[in-house]
Amino acid sequence: MQLARVVGTVVATQKHAAFDGAKLLLVQPVTLDDAPRGPVLIAVDSVGAGVHEKVLVVMEGRAAGEALGRRLAPVDAAIVGIVDQVDLGKDEVRSSKSKVTK
Amino acid sequence: MQLAKVIGDVVATFKNEYLTGIKLMVLQPLAADGTPIGRTLVAVDAVGAGVGEIVFFVRGKEASFPFHPTEVPADAGIVGIVDHWDIEPETLSPKS
Repeated sequence: MQLARVVGTVVATQKHAAFDGAKLLLVQPVTLDDAPRGPVLIAVDSVGAGVHEKVLVVMEGRAAGEALGRRLAPVDAAIVGIVDQVDLGKDEVRSSKSKVTK
Repeated sequence: MQLAKVIGDVVATFKNEYLTGIKLMVLQPLAADGTPIGRTLVAVDAVGAGVGEIVFFVRGKEASFPFHPTEVPADAGIVGIVDHWDIEPETLSPKS
């Protein structure tokens, strides 16, 4: 799973039936330092996340389909948790601004 | 899934039999601001997308699920046509 920040929403009328009723959110994967990593992705939301929130994203089809509660859903990313905080061991030196705890 | 623009289609007369009747489209993945990002790719189309439209597509074997039970040999598939998307610009910059 990956940490990501919700940065926006997507509206699509014409879509595969497996997406009916699903909320589509734009998520920016982030590093432990909260820096953007890689391109913005679209994930289905299974937990009621909102824009600005830090979330936990599964990036694998089977897990994402299970989060959506549908078998054989053509999805590859789903939000499965809203992150309250991330704590690292005190010996875990990452970078000069490694204030990982929010 | 990822945003992309449909920039073309592919015609292939000789292809895997399970690809028969399936539309193949050329996609340019897009960043959240709509600019092209990354390499173009070919995807199967499950929603009837046309050239010039903004779509979202799925990567991996899930691309073949819309065609179940046919086991389509595809690793990318268009699964929705985007009406519009909104981003909160301030969320894209790292939090200080």
